[in-house]
Amino acid sequence: MRIRISHEITHRFEPPARMLIQNLRLTPHGFDSQYVLSWRIELDMDSALKQSEDAHGNLVTTFSHHGAPVERLAVRAAGEIETSDSAGVVRGTVERMPAEMYLRESPLAHINGALRAFTIDSTAGAEDPLDAMHRLMSEVHRVMSFDPYQTDDPDSAAEAFALRRGRARDFAHIFIACARFRDVPARFVNGYRAAEEAGGEAGAHCWAEAHVPTLGWVAFDPTTCICADTHYVRVAVGFDARDGSFFRAANGMGGDAVESVIRVDQAGYQTQA
Amino acid sequence: MAGVQAFDEMGRTGERTRALYGKVAHWLKETPPELLASRRAQAEYMFRRIGITFGVYGDKDAAERLIPFDIVPRLISRAEWRKLEAGLTQRVRALNLFLTDVYGDRKILKESIIPAELILRNPFYRPEMIGRRAPHDIWVHIAGIDIVRVDDEEFYVLEDNARTPSGVSYMLENREVTMRLLPDLFARHKVAPVDDYPDELLACLRSVAPRHDRGEATIVILTPGLYNSAYYEHSFLADKLGVELVEGRDLFVEDDQVFMRTTLGPRRVDVIYRRVDDEFLDPMVFNPESVLGVPGLIGAYLAGNVTIANAIGTGVADDKAIYSYVPDLIRFYLSEEPLLKNVPTTRCREPDGLKYVLERLDELVVKEVNGSGGYGMLVGPHASAAQREQFAAKIKADPANYIAQPTLALSTCPSSFEAGVAPRHVDLRPFILSGADAVRIVPGGLTRVALKEGSLVVNSSQGGGTKDTWVVDDFEDEA
Amino acid sequence: MLARTADNLFWLARSMERADYIARTIEATLRLEYLPKTEGEKTGEWEGALNAAGAYDSYIAEHGELDEEGAVEYLTFDRTNPSSICNCLENARTAGRAVRTALTAETWTAINDAWLELKRFEASHRFSRPMDRVALTRFLDYVKKASLDFDGSCYRTMLRNDAYWFNRLGVFIERADNTARLLDVKYHLLLPSTESVGGSLDYFQWVAVLRAVSAATAYHWVYRDRVKPWLIADLLILKRAMPRSLISCYETIDRSLDSLARDDGRSGIAQRQARAMHAKLERASMTQIFQGGLHEFITAFIEDNARLSSTISEQYLFT
Repeated sequence: MRIRISHEITHRFEPPARMLIQNLRLTPHGFDSQYVLSWRIELDMDSALKQSEDAHGNLVTTFSHHGAPVERLAVRAAGEIETSDSAGVVRGTVERMPAEMYLRESPLAHINGALRAFTIDSTAGAEDPLDAMHRLMSEVHRVMSFDPYQTDDPDSAAEAFALRRGRARDFAHIFIACARFRDVPARFVNGYRAAEEAGGEAGAHCWAEAHVPTLGWVAFDPTTCICADTHYVRVAVGFDARDGSFFRAANGMGGDAVESVIRVDQAGYQTQA
Repeated sequence: MAGVQAFDEMGRTGERTRALYGKVAHWLKETPPELLASRRAQAEYMFRRIGITFGVYGDKDAAERLIPFDIVPRLISRAEWRKLEAGLTQRVRALNLFLTDVYGDRKILKESIIPAELILRNPFYRPEMIGRRAPHDIWVHIAGIDIVRVDDEEFYVLEDNARTPSGVSYMLENREVTMRLLPDLFARHKVAPVDDYPDELLACLRSVAPRHDRGEATIVILTPGLYNSAYYEHSFLADKLGVELVEGRDLFVEDDQVFMRTTLGPRRVDVIYRRVDDEFLDPMVFNPESVLGVPGLIGAYLAGNVTIANAIGTGVADDKAIYSYVPDLIRFYLSEEPLLKNVPTTRCREPDGLKYVLERLDELVVKEVNGSGGYGMLVGPHASAAQREQFAAKIKADPANYIAQPTLALSTCPSSFEAGVAPRHVDLRPFILSGADAVRIVPGGLTRVALKEGSLVVNSSQGGGTKDTWVVDDFEDEA
Repeated sequence: MLARTADNLFWLARSMERADYIARTIEATLRLEYLPKTEGEKTGEWEGALNAAGAYDSYIAEHGELDEEGAVEYLTFDRTNPSSICNCLENARTAGRAVRTALTAETWTAINDAWLELKRFEASHRFSRPMDRVALTRFLDYVKKASLDFDGSCYRTMLRNDAYWFNRLGVFIERADNTARLLDVKYHLLLPSTESVGGSLDYFQWVAVLRAVSAATAYHWVYRDRVKPWLIADLLILKRAMPRSLISCYETIDRSLDSLARDDGRSGIAQRQARAMHAKLERASMTQIFQGGLHEFITAFIEDNARLSSTISEQYLFT
C-alpha cells in the first residue's frame, strides 16, 4: 500500500523563546515490509538539521537555536511510504541493542499488582510466547475502552488500567508492561495509521512490538486488536512513549503550546478534489 | 555487638600499643581532658566559620549541619598504604575495562562470567552508551572505594563508588584543621601531604579534554545547586581548581557544542566534572522533568565535543550486585589475582543465597543493590525481631535487589568525647583519579567514624563523623 | 565570569548596603523620640522612616495602623517584608553561598559571621518581644558593623577584577538610591526658608537626616556654619567630598563600569548611561535644582538610577 503523510507541528512560545533545542523522531526507517519512497523534514527557521541514530536505532533529527526570541516555530515532515504485508512480523530493522534490553522496567510501562494478575489470567494456557501475546492483545482490547478525548489523561499503564480506559498509547503501555512481566521483550512503537476505508479515521497512532522465538519482533496493536498490517507506518520505537515520541524539546522554562496537523492518505484515495 | 571484640588500630588499654600509634597514645594519655575539650570546641568553631555544612535530605530544620569531626587522627603506615595503593589501582583499572567491554563487545556476558540480566536489565546501564567508547576508554575518572579492616593483616573492599563519590573536601579540610589544632603532634610524625589533590584532579580532567590543545581546555564543575547536601564540596573544589562552578541553567548547547553564559557572552566548555546524576543530566534524553541538567548535553557528548567525568553509564559498575563479581572481573580482564579482597557477599538473586540469608538475618548485614548512603540497609544483630521480619518480606518480594554480608567487626580507632577517649568503628574512603596518562591516588583518604558507641554505620547522613587520615612515613610494616 | 555570578555579586552588595541603611534610618528615627512631641508627630516620624525604606505602602496594606513597635518590627525581623534587615542579611548570605568561589575567604567570613550572629539575635528575639531599647540598639550596632566588615573586606582583599567591580556597582547604586530616598522623604524640610535656625523642631529633623548618613560632623567641616537645610541638600547631592552624596556615588559607579569595560575590551549602554548621569550631576547647581523643584529632581534621579540597574542586568546578561 502506498501511503502519503504530512505532519505539521506548530509551536507557540510564551514568552518568546531565546533558546530552543529539539530532537525529532519524525523520519521512518525502511525495513523488509516498509519502503520509504520519499521523506523530507522542513523548518520555518534557519537552522542546521543534524542527523543521528539513537540507542534504539531511530533516525533522529536535531536542531538548535540561540539568540533572537522566537514566538512561533513550524516543523513539517512529509513523504510517501510503500508498505507490504508481513503478517505483523518486523524484519530488517536496525537493532542496536540485544532484544533482552526490552525487558527493562520503564516509567510509563511499570508493572503493578493488578497488571500482574491480569497478565497471569490473560495468558493462562498459552502454548508459547506468540500465543500468549495474541491472548494478551485480545484481553487488553476487551477490557479497556478506547477513549482519546478525556481531559484527565492517565500518565502510566497502571493508571490507565485502573481506569479501564485510555488512548492508544495507554493500550500499548499496558500490553508492554504485561508482556515484560511474562518475560517477553516488548517495546513501544510510534507512527501513523491509514484509514481502513475512505473517510475513516487516520492519523498518528501507537502500538507495540513483542519479541518471540523464531519470528523475532512482531507488531501487536491492542487498540485495534490486530497485528500491524499494511495500513501502519512505523516511525520510531522506544522503551515507552517517552523515548519513542515524535519530538522532545526544550526552550528554557517558557511555555510551549503545540498544535499538530496530521494527514495520512492512501495514495489512490483522494479525500479532496 | 556481643562477644566479638574489634581490632583496635591503636591497641586497647591493657594491650600493647601498636608502634605506629606510639606518639598518639602518649599524647592522649598526657593531654588533660580540658585541653582535649577545648580542641574539640575549636575544631567545631573552625568548621562552622568555614561554612563546611551540609543538608540532610528530608530534614528541613537541620538545614545546616556540621559533619562531626573527631580530633584524633587515624594512622596508616607507608607499607600498609603501598599495598592498598596497588590494590586500588588494579581494581579501578578492571572497572574501566569492564565498562568498555560492557558497552562494547560484551565479552564478559558472552563468556558467562556474569549473568546477562545483571547488565541488560540494570537501570544504570545506559542504552545511549551502547556501541560508544568513552574518551581514552576512561569511564571512572574519580572513584571512591570504601575500605575496611578487621585485623592488622588485610584490607577489604566494602563498596565501590563510581558515579559521583563525595567526601574529598572533608579530607582536605580535616587536614587543614588538624594542622592548626595539633601542630606539635603533627610535627612529630612524617605525614604524607594531601593538598596536591586539587592539582592532581585538575591534571586528570585536563588529560581527557576533547581537543589537542589540552592546556587551554575549559573545565567546569556542574552542581545541582545550593540545596544539594554536598554543595560545599562542589564550591570548595571549584575554588581549589580555579574553575567555574556552574548549574545546569548556566550552560546551553548549540550545534552540539556546550557553552556557558558569561557576562561577555557564551564561552565554550570542554570538560564537565559533573556532580549531577545521569538521570538528571539532560531532559531531552533522560528524565524530562529535570531542571538540573542541560538540554542537548548528551548529544554534544556523543558527538565527542565535550568530556563528562565521570562518564555516562558508570552506575552499572558500582551497584552491589556487580561488586560481588569484581574479583572475577579482575581475573577476566587483567589475568591477575585481586590484591584487595571483597567482603564475602551472598547474592539473594541466587535461590541458595536467598535461603542462606533468610535463615541468618540476625547475623548478617543486608543491603539493597542500588541503595546508597546507608539507607535501605538492615544490620541484623542490631535490629529488632519485628524489623527483621519486615525486611525479610521486602527481600522475598524482590530478591534480586538484595545482597548480604557478614557483620564485620570493623576496626576501631580512639576517638575523643566529653566522657573521655574511646574506640569507635572506622572505615576509609581513598580517592582514585584515572587520567589519560596516569592513575593518581593521594595518600590516605577520608576516614569515616561511627560516633555512636557500638554503631557500625559511618555514613554522615546517618550521624557518622570523620577523622583526619595520616599516612605516616617512619614505620616499617607493623604486621 | 558566569552571568549568574555577576548577578549574585551585584545583589549581594545591594543587600548588605540596604541592611546598613535601614539600621541607620531606624537609629535616626529613634533619636527623634527623645524630643517632646505629640502622638501624631511620633507616628509621622515612623511614616517617614518606612517611606525612606520604601516600605510604607506594604506596611499599611499588611497592618493597617501604624505604631512604633509595629514599624520597628517590620523593618527589622519581619520576614514578610522583603527589605527587612533580616531578609537583607539572609539574601546576602544565600547569594554569597551561591558564589563562594568569587569571594575571598575574608569576605565570605564577614557575610557568614553576620548571618550566624543574626540567627542568635532572631532566637533571642523570639522570646522577648517587643525588643527593648537596649537590645534594639545593640542589634542595630551589630548590623552596621557587619556591613562595614563586609564592605571593608571587599575593599581590602578582593582582586580588582570583575567580581570587585560588580560588588562596587551594587554598593553604590544602592547607596545612591538610599540617599535619594532619604532626601525625598525630608525634602520639604530642606527647602530654603526664612525661619531662623535653632528655634524650631525642624533643626533636629535635619540633624537626624545627617546622622542617618553619618554626615553630622562632615557637614560642619564642609560648611563651617550652622545647619542650614538647603546646605544639607547641597552636601548630599553635589559635594564630592561627602562619600554618600549622589555625585560621589556616581563617580564610583562611572569608574567601576569603565574598569569593567577596560577589562572586557567592550563598552555599552550601561557605561554611556552612567557617564551621562555623572556629567549631569557635575553640571548641576543647587539654585538650578531648587528652581526646577527639589522633589522633581530627586524623583527623576531615583528613576534614572533604577534604569541603570536594569541596563546593567541586561548588558551583562544576568538571568
